[in-house]
Amino acid sequence: MSAELSLITTYGPQLLEGFRLTVLIWLLGSALAVTLGFVLGLALSAGGPALTLPVRAYVEFFRGTPLLAQLFLAYYGGPSIGITLDAFTVGLCGLGLYGAAYFAEIFRAGFASIPAGQLEAARSFSLSRRARIRYIILPQLLVLAVPASTNLLIILLKDTAILSIVTVPELTFQVTGMTLETFTFVEPFAALAAFYWALTELVAFLGRRAELRLGVYLRPEMRGAE
Amino acid sequence: MSAFFGTSPLSQSVAILLIGAGTTIAVSLAGNALGLLIAVPVCFMRLSQARAARAMGIAYVSFFRGVPLLVQLLIVYYFLPALGLDLPPFVAAAIGLGVCTAAYQAENLRGGFLIIPKGQNDAARAFGYTGVQTRRYILIPQALRAAAPTLINEMILILKASSLVSVVGVEDLMRVSQNIVARDLRPIRWYMAAAVIYLVINLALALLGRAAERRLSAGYARVTL
Repeated sequence: MSAELSLITTYGPQLLEGFRLTVLIWLLGSALAVTLGFVLGLALSAGGPALTLPVRAYVEFFRGTPLLAQLFLAYYGGPSIGITLDAFTVGLCGLGLYGAAYFAEIFRAGFASIPAGQLEAARSFSLSRRARIRYIILPQLLVLAVPASTNLLIILLKDTAILSIVTVPELTFQVTGMTLETFTFVEPFAALAAFYWALTELVAFLGRRAELRLGVYLRPEMRGAE
Repeated sequence: MSAFFGTSPLSQSVAILLIGAGTTIAVSLAGNALGLLIAVPVCFMRLSQARAARAMGIAYVSFFRGVPLLVQLLIVYYFLPALGLDLPPFVAAAIGLGVCTAAYQAENLRGGFLIIPKGQNDAARAFGYTGVQTRRYILIPQALRAAAPTLINEMILILKASSLVSVVGVEDLMRVSQNIVARDLRPIRWYMAAAVIYLVINLALALLGRAAERRLSAGYARVTL
């Protein structure tokens, strides 16, 4: 018992710091992914070929290659072309740019799902493009996008563990270090898995709450949330 | 195979790499197909008005989305034989990928169902369509169309995640490139080759996905923002 207590006092601050970093990098990376993804999705939906072609290339590259390969390229390959970034920046931007490719497709799906007649009606009421997006498209787009986005936020959360490989001192990195020093493997990794699972459940719960709010006017009898 | 690729070590390695790529395509296709088959009923459970069905749907999604894929693969491969169900590695891998991706696909698909206006369901029933017919002819085609890009997202994720199936003994693209590197010690060459092959497969998948979207969108006016 005393040995376990000393483990907590020894590694507690380190684990707490890892926890803070995991949550921080996930939140900031997701915010970047959603924002950039929305802009890219809008470009894919409304832009001409001059705009959609480069955006399409971006999406296919970042979606088609593994996150780990992108991180290696930026972290170890970057310095050879004069871009030296610290691990945190690489991790944050890597996660954001990677996630944005998937979010772009989610938002493109959302834009394509709006019936054309609604937009014609909105235009004949002389709503501006901004107003059409804000009041006609966005509320409906989000109904389609929220379940898919919840999926993706969970995937990005679990992918933050990959950042430990490029030495971002997030939770998985700290726990791995701890296991190597203490030769205890089952408990730390079980606790680590439980932590990720608890956080994914929280995201899933928030996703269901968001759906309830967004979808309630659309089809209350089939909202599928608690 | 050697008749086509020759017998030099290099061409042998290329042949092995391509066979591995074939295995990767096959196992992720099988996993994706199984995943969609499971996703549809899970999605309908989530959308059901019965509280118990909804809870079961949520439980399925929560388990298979919350537990890492690697753990799920190990469970299928090592625990099922303990219950007397002995599976070859390929089948175990396809099942592992399938049950995991089903949780994500059920959610993606559900988004597609949520945006179908309620009146369509009522209209179909008023025309005498049964519940099954309404789903088959009215709801599913529209949900598939709306959710298609997100379904393709997940298929690409599963293709990349299939690099994990080597842990249950499947000789996929990742495993064979590791084997080749172990023999000729040229990691950059072979891992780059593997990465390019993954990228090409994903590009093909994305192109097929958009072709499917266009087909499903026949009869829809193009939305201009």
